Formats: sequence, C-alpha cells, structure tokens
Amino acid sequence: MAVSYAYYPGCTLKTSAREFDESTLKVCKAAGIELTELADWNCCGASSAHSVSPLLGLSLPARDLQTAEALGKPVAVACAMCFHRLKHASHALGDAAKLKQVNQVLGKEFRNTVKVEHLLTILGSNGSSYQVTKKLEGLKAASYYGCVLVRPKEVMELDDEDNPQLMDRIVASLGAETVEWDFKTECCGASLPLSKPEVVVNLSHKILRQARQRGAECVVVACPMCHSNLDIRQKAMKAAYPGFQEMPVYYFTQLMGLAMGFSAAEMHIDKHLTDGLSLLKSKGFI
Amino acid sequence: MINTVTILPAAKNDLRSFVEKTSGQKLLRCYQCGKCTAGCPTAYLWDLTPRQVMRAVQLGLKEELMRTHSYWLCVFCQTCSARCPQEIDIAAVMDSLRHLAILEKRAPAEKEVALFHRHFLRLVHRFGKVWEVGLGGLYNLTSGHPLANTSLLPAMFARGKLPLLPHTTHNMEEIRNIFKRAEELERKSAGPETGRKA
Amino acid sequence: MPRVGVFLCHCGTNIAGVVDIPTVAEAVKQFPGVVYVDDNKFSCSEPGQAAIRQSIIDNGLDRVVISACSPRMHEITFRKAVSAAGLNPYLMEIANIREHCSWVHSDNKEAATEKAIELVKMAVAKVSLHQELFRKRISMEKKALVIGGGIAGIQAALDIANAGHQVILVEREPTIGGRMAQLDKTFPTLDCSACILSPKMVDVSQHPNIRLLTYSEVEKVQGFVGNFEVEIRQRARYVNHTTCTGCGICWQKCPEKVPGEFEEGTGQRTSVYIPFPQAVPSKPVIDTVSCRYFKYLDFIDKKMEGKKPPPCRICEKLCPPQAIDWEQKDEIIRETVGAIVVATGFKTFDHSVYGEYGGGRIPDVITSLQLERLMNASGPTLGEVVRPSDGTHPKTVVFLSCVGSRDEAKGRPYCSKICCMYMAKQALMLKEHDPGVQSYIFYIDIRAGGKDFEEFTRRAQEEFGVLYLRGRVSKIYQDDKKLMVCGEDSLIGRPVEIAADMVVLATGVEPSEGAAKVAQTLNISYDTYGFMVEAHPKLRPVETNTDGILVAGACVGPRDIPDSVAHGGAAAAKVIGLLSQDTLTTEPLTAAIDASRCTGCLLCSQICPFQAIDMVPANGKSIAVVNEGLCKGCGLCVAACRSTAPSLKGYTDAQILSEVLALCP
Repeated sequence: MAVSYAYYPGCTLKTSAREFDESTLKVCKAAGIELTELADWNCCGASSAHSVSPLLGLSLPARDLQTAEALGKPVAVACAMCFHRLKHASHALGDAAKLKQVNQVLGKEFRNTVKVEHLLTILGSNGSSYQVTKKLEGLKAASYYGCVLVRPKEVMELDDEDNPQLMDRIVASLGAETVEWDFKTECCGASLPLSKPEVVVNLSHKILRQARQRGAECVVVACPMCHSNLDIRQKAMKAAYPGFQEMPVYYFTQLMGLAMGFSAAEMHIDKHLTDGLSLLKSKGFI
Repeated sequence: MINTVTILPAAKNDLRSFVEKTSGQKLLRCYQCGKCTAGCPTAYLWDLTPRQVMRAVQLGLKEELMRTHSYWLCVFCQTCSARCPQEIDIAAVMDSLRHLAILEKRAPAEKEVALFHRHFLRLVHRFGKVWEVGLGGLYNLTSGHPLANTSLLPAMFARGKLPLLPHTTHNMEEIRNIFKRAEELERKSAGPETGRKA
Repeated sequence: MPRVGVFLCHCGTNIAGVVDIPTVAEAVKQFPGVVYVDDNKFSCSEPGQAAIRQSIIDNGLDRVVISACSPRMHEITFRKAVSAAGLNPYLMEIANIREHCSWVHSDNKEAATEKAIELVKMAVAKVSLHQELFRKRISMEKKALVIGGGIAGIQAALDIANAGHQVILVEREPTIGGRMAQLDKTFPTLDCSACILSPKMVDVSQHPNIRLLTYSEVEKVQGFVGNFEVEIRQRARYVNHTTCTGCGICWQKCPEKVPGEFEEGTGQRTSVYIPFPQAVPSKPVIDTVSCRYFKYLDFIDKKMEGKKPPPCRICEKLCPPQAIDWEQKDEIIRETVGAIVVATGFKTFDHSVYGEYGGGRIPDVITSLQLERLMNASGPTLGEVVRPSDGTHPKTVVFLSCVGSRDEAKGRPYCSKICCMYMAKQALMLKEHDPGVQSYIFYIDIRAGGKDFEEFTRRAQEEFGVLYLRGRVSKIYQDDKKLMVCGEDSLIGRPVEIAADMVVLATGVEPSEGAAKVAQTLNISYDTYGFMVEAHPKLRPVETNTDGILVAGACVGPRDIPDSVAHGGAAAAKVIGLLSQDTLTTEPLTAAIDASRCTGCLLCSQICPFQAIDMVPANGKSIAVVNEGLCKGCGLCVAACRSTAPSLKGYTDAQILSEVLALCP
C-alpha cells in the first residue's frame, strides 16, 4: 500500500544538495512511498530566524505546516535542519498562547494537527519495503546524524540523542557494515561556514578523524548542512591538518539507491566535492 | 579591566526577567556545574563560557554580557540543553540573548555571524527561500571578506550546486506579512525589560 | 610435669595444603610434656570441638595447645571447648600456623612445615607454665549519668529511662533544651524547633526514672564501668524550687535588666530569671553577678566606698510562697552510676577575631544564632527581624559562610557541617517573613549531604530567589546606613560588592565552654579543638576508650539535630546494654603488681592509658595497685617499670622466656 506524504524538500535540496533531493525522490518512489512536493513552500527559517526573532522562527515553518494541514497529509522532510524547525514549531505551538500569536502573524488559521516525519523514520520503519538488489557488502560506513536531527529528543521524537540507530539500521540493511563510534551527534559547525569557516574545518575534521580511526571508509549523513560541512571543507582540512585523509560523504538515500539498483549517475555520486566514486568502484558497486 | 560588580536584588534584574520570559527557562535552576561548557563545540571561542553566560544572567550583568561574543557563537546544536542536569534549555537562553541584542539594536560583537543571519533572512523576506549565490555574494560584499569561500565556487558551479537564479515562493505577500507582523508583535510584547539604560 | 595435648587443625587445605601435618604430628610427640597429639580437618567445627573435649577427658590432659588459625579468630571458641572438658580455659594456648605460616609461606612447603613445628614447640613450652586464671565479677550500679541537657542528652536520658533504668541528667544552665531551644525553625522540614523539643523537655521533667539536676556541674568522677563515683555541684539558685510555684511574679517585677545569654545578646533578662518561657524546670534562679541585693551585700562585705546600692529584695517581698532563699548554698551531690553519657554540645565561634568583618563592632553584623532569636516568635522582637542599630527591617541581607570554619588562619580547619543548611533555611525564612527581602549567601561549597538537604538548598535558590555567590568575603564596611560587602563571584570571576542592610555571619561550631575540663574529669580523650574522641570514628562512634563512658551529639564534632538525636539514642542503647547486666565479667589477663618490688615511683600510674593504676598507702609509702575493672592488659606498665614490679597474667616474663628458649635452646 502506497503511503502518501506532503514532501518538504527545503531550500538547499533544490540547490547545493540536489543529489539528496533526487536520490530521495527516486528511492521513495521505488519503495512505494508517495511524495508530493508541498505547494508553494517557503524557507523554514533555518538557524537564522529563531536566532533573531523567536516569533519569526515559529511563523515561517508554521506557514508550511498549515499548507500541509489543509491538504490533510503528513509532512515528509529530508533536510535535518528543516525537520528540526518544523518539529520544533509544531511542538512549541502546543502552547495555545503561542499558537494564537502565530496565527495572528500568518493571517490564517493553523490548528497544529499535522504530523511531521523525517525520511529516516519513514524509510527505516517496518512499513517501508525497499528491495535491496545489490548488497553493499564490504563497505564500512559511519552513520553521522548531526545535532539537530535528534535534539531535543522529546521534541524530535526520532532516536537517542547520543547513540541513535535509525540510520545505522538502514545502512546495515543495504549490506554495508556500520562502525561503532562516538561522534554520531557531535556538532560539525552548523551555520558557521560563511562567517567562521575555520571553526567548521576544526569541528568537521574531528568528526572525520574519529570515523577514520574507528575503521570507517565513508560517512553517511541525513543533513545537507552536515554534508556540506563535511564534504566541501576537506581540502581545507588537508591544509590545516597534515596527514588528514579524504573520506567520501554520502547521503543515506544515495547508498540506498545504489543498493536498490540505481546507477551512480542516477544517485549523483559525482556531485560531491570529495570524490565519492573511487571508493564505490574499488568495492565493485559501480 | 575588571570592574567591581554591584549586585542588585533579583527584583531589579531585568536581564533575567527578559530571558526567563522569552526562553521559558528558569535561570535560577542553574547550579553552575559547567557541563554546558564542557560539551559546547564552540566554547573555546567564547569570552564568557556558556556557564558564565548563565551566571551573568543570574547576576543581571546585562551590559557586560551583551558586549560578549559568546552568545553569537552559539550554533544551536543544543548539546548543552540535552545534557543539562537541571534540565535548562541553555540554547534557548542563547536565542533570547541574541533576540535581546537585536531588539535593543546593539552592535554585535560577532558582526559576521549577525550579518549572516541578517542576509539570510533578507533573502527569505525577498524570495521566500534561500538563494545561496545571493547569500554568499551579499555576505562577501558587506562583511569585508570579499573573497571568503570563493575558492570553493568553481567546483560548486561545475557540479550544478549553485544555481545562479533564486527559487521563489509565489505568494510573497504572505511571506512579507509574516515578517512584518512578527516584528510588530514582538516589539509590542517586548516589555519593560528591554531597552538600554544609562 | 604437665600433661599437654596438641591439636593440629588442617583448616581444610588452608593449612594442610602447605604444612605437612603428619610430619608436624610426629615431631610434636617428642616435645617435653606432650602426651597426646591429634589432628582434625576443622578443629573449630562442632565435631572438631567435641574431639578436643573428649581427648582432654580420656587422656587426663591438663594443658592444651591448639595449632590452628589466629587467636583473633577462634580463641574464644577454643577456650569454651577446653572449659567444657572441665579445664580452666586459660590453660590453653594457640599456635597460629595459618596466618603466621601456611598463608604466608605457601611457596615453600618444607620451610612452612618446619616453622609450624617451631611455633607449636613455643606454644607447648609456654602453656606448660600457664596458671589457672579466673574472671572476676564486678557489680553493676543500674543507674546512668547523662552530662548535658541538649537534644542529644535529652534523647539519651529518655531512652535509658524508658528502658527502666535510673538516670541523673546534669545540665549546667538553669534549663535543659540546649542549642535546639534557641532555634526558630529546623531544616529541611521547617518544623518549629521549640514545638518538637519542648514535649521532650517536659517528658524529662516528669519521668519517674529521671533525676534532673539543672544549674549543676559534674566535679569529680572516680571508679570504673559499673561503679563510677560521681560528685555533682548543684549551684545555689537562691530560690527554693520545692516551694516555688513558677508563678513568674519575681522575674516580672525584678528591676535589674542584663543582656540575656539565651537571646545571644539580642534581648534582655532580669536578674531573677528563667531563660525562656518553655524552660524546664520553669522555676527561676538568681544571677548573683547582676542582682542588686547581692551587689549590696558585696558592698557591705567589702566595705566599699561611694554610693551604697539599694538592698532591693523586691522578689522576696513579692514572692507568694516565700521561695526566695538568700542563704542557699551550693550543694554537693554524690551518686554511684554504672555508665556515663557525655553530651556537652557545642557553642558557636567567636567572630571578634575577624577584624575585616568588623570584629563584632558593627551592630548590624550579627551571628546566625542571633538571627535565630530575632526570627523566633518568642524571641526579643517577637519574631520581627530588625536591625539592631535602628530597629528598621532589613531588605538586603548577606550571609557569610565559614566564619570560623575551614579557616586554617583562625585555627579552625574543619567544616562545621550545619552552616550551609541553616543559612539556606534562614535565607528562605527571611523571605517568608518579608517577601521584600533579598538574601545573598557567600559560600565556598554548598555542603548539603543529607536527606532532602540538596533539594532544600535548591528550593531556597529557585523558589525563594536566594542568590548564592561563590567566594569568601574580604571586608565589610559601613557606608552611611548600608553595609558594603566586598567579595568575589568566583563563578564569573569578578569582584562584587553588595550594599546590605544586615550581614549574618555563619559562625562555626566548636565544643562548649569547658568541654576539655569535662573530658579531663572523666579521663577521656579530646582533640586539639576540645571535641571528644570516639573509640573508633566508624565502628565505635559512641564509645570512648574508657569502658562505660559514652559520647553523644555535637561534643564529638559538628552535628545537626537528627544526627545528634540518633547519636544520643545510640549512646543510650550502649548504656542499656551495660545496665541490663547484673554484674560485669572482667578478663583475667590483667597486670598485677608485686608490692614488695614497687618503689612507688608513679611511672606506671602516669603512663597507664586506662587510668587503671591507683596509688595506695602501704607501710609508710605509696605503692601501685591495679584496678582490674579498668586494666586492659596492654602491658605498658610492665615495660615501663624499672623494678619489674608489674607482670601481665598469662604473659609473664617466665612464659615469654620459655618460648624464646624453646626456639633457641
């Protein structure tokens, strides 16, 4: 039975994280999950809106949620930051006074009845049925969740805050081996790349170094911001930390796609700044 | 220079009242264990550590705190909030402090960080969505770092990661109204705690 | 020639796994006097003991060596076994071939076997010289003395009395109740202190088994457990308590007013007074220092110059039952008691040595105990907290912790334990009294390790807005009507200054005035600060090194109310255990002094840690005599005496030498 969602891609999935968007859509379709892009969606406000104005930080995602509510469909989110903001809004608006304020700002009635789910939950749940045709045997991957996907636990309702397992289970189901490591939810530098690139390089490097130390050959993510920080800063890491070895960073949907029989081109593996093809080739997956 | 701080009674601590009201957190619960600082990924850059920021709010050291870089360097990873033994959402406190600084039109100690947020929202206000090329361009033009991150551009463009034109939300009137009304409402409800005193 | 039987224990494989028992048995047979050798898997087991009993009877043994584990483990067991066979239990010796041999020489079995043989050889030699020794029974006076009528002493007295024993409760002040009576509320439950204490005080006064002696002090203690001879001085009260009805006319009409001790100087009392309304006994005493009539008598006596004071005597004139008795004298009360509980309590540190806090000269810098009186509804201000200087209500109150605690420079390195909690309570109560009060507490650490204590200090901060500042205050100075308090908030690393209306010093805990003297009178140990020393800080927390003398409450160290009550109860349990015996049995392994050799030099008496040696006159000189009730058989006197007058029963020189000679003939 096909499950139907209002799909909220978020801004970056249409630009710098296109591969996440496209792999998500293909994988979901093949897995029988119906994603219909939310009509005329707007930015969730990301890390900026709430930093500057709490009310704006609630109102921007509330507009999107209201659209979905009107459709009567639950919202599926791919981007971890968008998921965080939408979930946070829906949790915070449990407060009637805040909801009233937000409705004043929106100029329409939002009842806060819509359910928000991340694709990790949707694809990783028992109900989803994706067919693995090409096992990624021998690939050692570190699942990296980042901060906003899981924190705070009681609001995100996704997984454990320090040792989440959702993505690990999906990656393992593809035949790959997931490594045990300690930095699954450490911060990568988040929204600082423009203003403080050196902080991002420092923090992201720590994450990749631990992944390597614990035997991983690649890192798997579910967040465009994490992906960007971990992927595009590796040249800078090499310059700052001699001996650093580059490591491919994949979206979990990309690995799913490969295991489900899609080609590397269909999964846009070539869109990363850090080479993601060689490893897959050396393992004979492509 | 270290000035002697005159400690005021709690009733005159406007800073704490504002932070408690906007963040919904009880600041007196903080018993200064330092676990927030210990887990903060960027604390090594903060002039007052996260624990000290909490302390400054408890003591009502508003001017001193507002001048710091600290709360601008919070990336809202919420590690502090998740691990706080007293269950204080410390990240929400940092949000409140940024919000206060903006309401009071203070010059941010971390002007690049503030600039990023400002440009980000300017674009959302204009297009309803973020336009990365525009954000980078605006930031580089105004931050005094015209070449920031430009070395990454060729590779990004080559991979089609940076469309030159913005995506837009169609109903922009609605988006602009959201910005307008949110600001109006917030100013209106800001209360007597905000505002800079001589 | 004695007939010695040797019993070799295998202790499973503990001994037999290392020591070759058959070889030992073979060797032992050759030792002089040995007529019987046997071995057993477990000598301490019931069949093992039965075998020992039977062999003694069957073989007519009159000396026994048990070659087994340490005497610390089973000496009593084997003495019983020997005794059951009709032999004097002290005709037995243990050769420790486990702890001293098999366990430590498991790597060399041959040498271990050889050593075991030698250990048994020594024991055989020694036991041959053993004499029959007999335990003595001493009588037990079924009465206890409790010194100190604070909460610990009250609890101990009530518990002992309720168990059916007579108790004499001696209190120096005119009333019992102690420090707890001065307190307003108690942490962390905020019970009214007087409300929970005064029923116990009344219980004491009405208990048929308790003889209450207030305004009294113990002057002399002699004797030993079961039979302490005690002298108590009942100070003259100049009021006949038999006829006095406690009507109160005297203290209401007395014209002379002096600062009240009970009020910590925050209020006044008259010269004839009871310290506080709920005092027990509720009958007054006359303070001769301030009483006008006594001043008058003094003036006449000493033929002083100048204006003659009036011979007041108003109390006498007004007293309905004519209970005022100017002729009353101190009275010495002699009692014999079986056990003594010392519960002399504590006083608070004198903060005048802290010049930086005003040295006691700034009127609005008060102590925590003074604040208790100000907060107390029956205190001098009827519960209104006001500044001593001008009677106004303070709005900003600063507490300083560790005044006279954790301060090496002031000779008080220890933590007073109760201050963190009472400060939290007082700050919280100030807010209850007046919601407009803001309290600050300067602290080094918040020590709240007790049931519901941490929650309480959190509540003071979170619900009552008490602001804690981590750091010690450096100075307090007066600025117009304010007190400027200069400290640091070490959490943010800034010097801070608070303009306060009142400052409360959390003065630390130290032993009561004269505690050391009480300890000396009782011959029990006390530490540098004057706190009583327990026999063991963990395992014998209410005992002292003197049998029959127990300690309870804050005289041992800083203690809060629940701990003092528990401690008092624990001391009482020990007393009840003692008094439940009709007689006490003493160990016969004590020192004995050969009077013919004693020169009366007193050395043994001086070094004896148990004060067990008395000097008695004999043939025109003083000679030492051992009090077997007190002697613990430590042997110090034996080692110290230059004329070898003392010897230790069971360990005589001849016995020790025989062991040496057995080893190196």
